[in-house]
Amino acid sequence: MTGQTPPPVLEMRDVTKTYMIRRGIFSPKQPLRAVNGVSLKIDRGDVLGLVGESGCGKSTLAKILLGLEMPTDGEIMIDGKPVDRDGDRKAIARRIQPIFQDPYSSLNPRKTIGSIVSLPLRVHKVGDPLTWRKSVEDILDIVGLPRRVYDSYPNQLSGGQRQRVAIARALIMKPEIVICDEPTSALDVSVQSQILNLLMDLREELNLTYVLISHNLAVVEHIATKVAVMYLGRIVEETGTEALFDKARHPYTKALLSSVLTPEPGLGVPDSGLGIAFPNPINPPSGCTFHPRCAKAFGPCSVDKPPVIMDADGRVECHLYA
Amino acid sequence: MSAVLEVSGLTVDIPVPSGDLHAVRGIDFSVDKGETLCIVGESGCGKSLTSLSIMGLLPKRAKVSADRMHFVGTDLLGMKERELAAIRGNRMAMIFQEPMTSLNPAYTIGNQLMEPLIRHKNASDKEARDRAIYLLERVGITAAASRLSQYPHQLSGGLRQRVMIAMALMCDPELIIADEPTTALDVTIQAQILHLLAELRKEFNSALILITHDLGVVARVADKVAVMYAGKIVEAGTVDEIFNQPLHPYTQGLINCIPVPGKTARGSRLGSIPGIVPTLIGDIKGCSFRNRCAFAHGECDTKDPFHTLSPGRGYRCTLDVPACEANAKELVSA
Repeated sequence: MTGQTPPPVLEMRDVTKTYMIRRGIFSPKQPLRAVNGVSLKIDRGDVLGLVGESGCGKSTLAKILLGLEMPTDGEIMIDGKPVDRDGDRKAIARRIQPIFQDPYSSLNPRKTIGSIVSLPLRVHKVGDPLTWRKSVEDILDIVGLPRRVYDSYPNQLSGGQRQRVAIARALIMKPEIVICDEPTSALDVSVQSQILNLLMDLREELNLTYVLISHNLAVVEHIATKVAVMYLGRIVEETGTEALFDKARHPYTKALLSSVLTPEPGLGVPDSGLGIAFPNPINPPSGCTFHPRCAKAFGPCSVDKPPVIMDADGRVECHLYA
Repeated sequence: MSAVLEVSGLTVDIPVPSGDLHAVRGIDFSVDKGETLCIVGESGCGKSLTSLSIMGLLPKRAKVSADRMHFVGTDLLGMKERELAAIRGNRMAMIFQEPMTSLNPAYTIGNQLMEPLIRHKNASDKEARDRAIYLLERVGITAAASRLSQYPHQLSGGLRQRVMIAMALMCDPELIIADEPTTALDVTIQAQILHLLAELRKEFNSALILITHDLGVVARVADKVAVMYAGKIVEAGTVDEIFNQPLHPYTQGLINCIPVPGKTARGSRLGSIPGIVPTLIGDIKGCSFRNRCAFAHGECDTKDPFHTLSPGRGYRCTLDVPACEANAKELVSA
């Protein structure tokens, strides 16, 4: 491999996930494309921000990445090698770990912190009971928890401490990729910034790659290196953080950005002009799926699928730039 | 000015096995017609209990007392449950945080929307139905008439929250209390709902108390702000005063914690407030923020004075204004 750039640590090629949904007892099943032909490359050390409204498929995408759901179609490659479709779940789990949104429901209330954090070691049969405790204590140090919490239960910890436990559990297998699904949205403001600082520090120390799923665009802008915007199962725009926040191109991205409430008094509440009607994913609009909500929609938008435009500024799917 | 709600010296104590939990420890505020007051604070600071005590919705074992709690001139404290029930949902309405748990899953949207009007205003089914449809349309729900027969689980989170808002407006309330109305929603829906609330507040000229921990929301919708910490108001003022001249170290810390696009350098470390909220059980002496405060000194162990700078503007700290302003600069540069 000399002279070549290393393959992306994580790559998705045309990944599609279709659920068959039955809407009534006697009606036939209909396909719901939660993720519809998503291609993404994530290089080592990147922080990919994945943004979009609820229902756009970002959590399904996270599940596919974690191996919790198998894609209906398409390929996932780790370090350039395709992941076995029929699921070598354990192999994926060693390299990709999640941090979930709600540290109140993602930790088993009846297990001690030591037991929760060491579970991945036991599952993967790494080390032996003697080294487990040491490994857990090391990782507790890294995430900034006192070692005495080893024998505590989750209900004895604050929200921020619980999220640190979740981070410790994710990191104990020394994964390369961490999928953070809304890692701070269940936390108080003053604690959010602590967790974000911790995530940024850990990334540098441990050379981690993050996929950061969040609807808090200020957070995404702050720590992501590139951003993908999802709408109805498709990635409609993908580019570097600076390009996205400084000169977004897709009308949906622009509307999302205009909805962010920055703490600047006197500006009032913006009106994104999106309307409320998030389309029904079982019966998506024709042409560009965004056209019914788009302020800039014109002729071809309701008829043709938007072209994919790739240039120096990134990737965007929109008729405006054809 | 005609104050819609005037509260002074409000305390809420909750008996727990190890003593009394002093959840709200003597707070004063007022809100006028057409005004928006934001109460900001983190979980456990007493902001939700404050709103529930105004509505008279706290469980019996919670001990509520106040020097004054006047709603458009009538005293809420001495009121019997029946009198309170006549006001609640009628002249004073509440929008709760979680539309999933605060709507009754066993009744249709229409049924729940129409109930307050039928109950409080003796409206006919037809009148109630018309008003429900009108308000659903006002909050931006399409095909409103057909929604009336739907159940809460058939609606998305954003729609449910809109239904909650429509329900609160059914009787043209003079006061709306919204407890984290947009926390669970997408940014796009959040902006729309807040836009809508601001618009409707103007249209109906009601007073709005908005409880939130999101400073972005506060900056954009508030007229007045009260920052709560550990059951007390630590700083109060107009929205400009709070954001441009934060005096209490907690307010300063909160503002420092959030990345501001265009101002905070990307990837830089964010400010944070170390430590956690102290327990509010038993006797509390001195400033409750002192264990997390970078500027705490000996006096803070015993004293906790509130300085009123002008009507509606004040802060709770042992330091004077120039010292607090110097602290703010130090925090930003740290």
